[in-house]
Amino acid sequence: MSRKTALYDKHLEAGAKMVDFHGWEMPINYGSQLEEHHAVRRDAGMFDVSHMTVVDLQGEKSQAMLRYLLANDVAKLKTPGKALYSCMLNPQGGVIDDLIVYYLADDHYRMVVNSATREKDLAWIDQQATAFGIELIERTELAMIAVQGPNAVAKVGAVLGEDRQQQLEGMKPFFGRQLGDLFIASTGYTGEKGYEILVPESQITELWQALLDAGVAPCGLGARDTLRLEAGMNLYGQDMDEQTSPLAANLGWTIAWEPEDRDFIGREALLSYKEGQDTDKMVGLIMESKGVLRPGQAVVFEAEGRELRGVITSGSFSPTLGYSIAFARVPRQIGEQAEVEIRNKRVAVRVVKAAFVRNGQSIC
Amino acid sequence: MSNIPSELKYTTSHEWIRVEENDEVVLGITEHAQELLGDMVFVELPEVGREIDAGEDCAVAESVKAASDIYSPVGGEILAVNEDLEDSPENVNSDPFGDGWIVRIKLSDPSELAELLDAEAYQGLLEDE
Repeated sequence: MSRKTALYDKHLEAGAKMVDFHGWEMPINYGSQLEEHHAVRRDAGMFDVSHMTVVDLQGEKSQAMLRYLLANDVAKLKTPGKALYSCMLNPQGGVIDDLIVYYLADDHYRMVVNSATREKDLAWIDQQATAFGIELIERTELAMIAVQGPNAVAKVGAVLGEDRQQQLEGMKPFFGRQLGDLFIASTGYTGEKGYEILVPESQITELWQALLDAGVAPCGLGARDTLRLEAGMNLYGQDMDEQTSPLAANLGWTIAWEPEDRDFIGREALLSYKEGQDTDKMVGLIMESKGVLRPGQAVVFEAEGRELRGVITSGSFSPTLGYSIAFARVPRQIGEQAEVEIRNKRVAVRVVKAAFVRNGQSIC
Repeated sequence: MSNIPSELKYTTSHEWIRVEENDEVVLGITEHAQELLGDMVFVELPEVGREIDAGEDCAVAESVKAASDIYSPVGGEILAVNEDLEDSPENVNSDPFGDGWIVRIKLSDPSELAELLDAEAYQGLLEDE
């Protein structure tokens, strides 16, 4: 039996096509994935992300526990509300999940983790938390809407009213702020400006409707996927998993190696990878000829006089660019050109950094 | 409910066939199929002149979501392909039974048409899905 978010009826009302997404009935689109994608790049769109899991950590040793749990270092967070993106690793250096953690107070942190990995995440976090004698509180009473796009901040502001809008003024990217019942964060998954808004489930329908009335387009998981791909953001389970280290998934920047004496789960395994430099890396691919790159397709190139192979982990048509783009995990020797095997044909692709669009414009 | 023109023939894999003169047919995908696939971004068309067997794939519809083979339920020679789809693949979404046609085929064995579903049978198939 799949679960429904509090917005289920609102999705149907808006004409959503619903699909099963890791045990949740979620909208894949509301008619046209392309139009929803463009709404976020050009104006403002919103996503029901209530299926994601919000977990609060409370207790004196919260910081110590998170410094051990996460590859990035929460000690960097000194201003209340500041957020940090991090991987949570297993002892082999593989990624259990990627998540955002907000620093609320020295003894209070908030994490937002993927829905696909909820059970194993909670079990793993709980295991570490118990060892540190701290409390893990799953905030199941909260629902969540992400509003993204060049006009998202203005449109959300209009809905929130002048008082709360003023309180949000000057909030930098990657911060969260509690405004009454709402927790509003300047985080997102599309490469656009906007907010992720945590709200008590009892108020979410009203907020959704107010945003609709303000001209924010409802957007489904389909658009969310093409937007995050253009923006160069990994999808857990596709671009990384427990067998992949952050170093092989373009997430080396999220590992805090300093201070050297901070022990975190997976550190030792990562150090051996780092020294060996023998891991694959993740690159971006661009195919300007006709066709669409898809996950699982082989990437082939010549280096050192032999043929080397990698694989596409995420691939799709880029609605903003008008041609296909992909992330691929490949041997480090790759140059600027490669070929992808599409239905028994080899098609030339250009190799770039794994990010394609920023603020609505091509960066590749 | 999807539009199902009564004058066309259908397949269980959601193609439609319009029978024309001189044993020629036009093939496309149904409104239901384009709804399932979502926004079309590319259609890979076969070469004109290619001979295909009944049941063989003759084109690939690539939507934002996925790539799907399009099968011809009849054998014959590809007489023409809808070149407009190269620049406007979205015609398959907006007008699947008209501007979104995919290939024109000269039948090698017209008796194969008898295997196709009529509109009523296709409607029944959709209701059962």
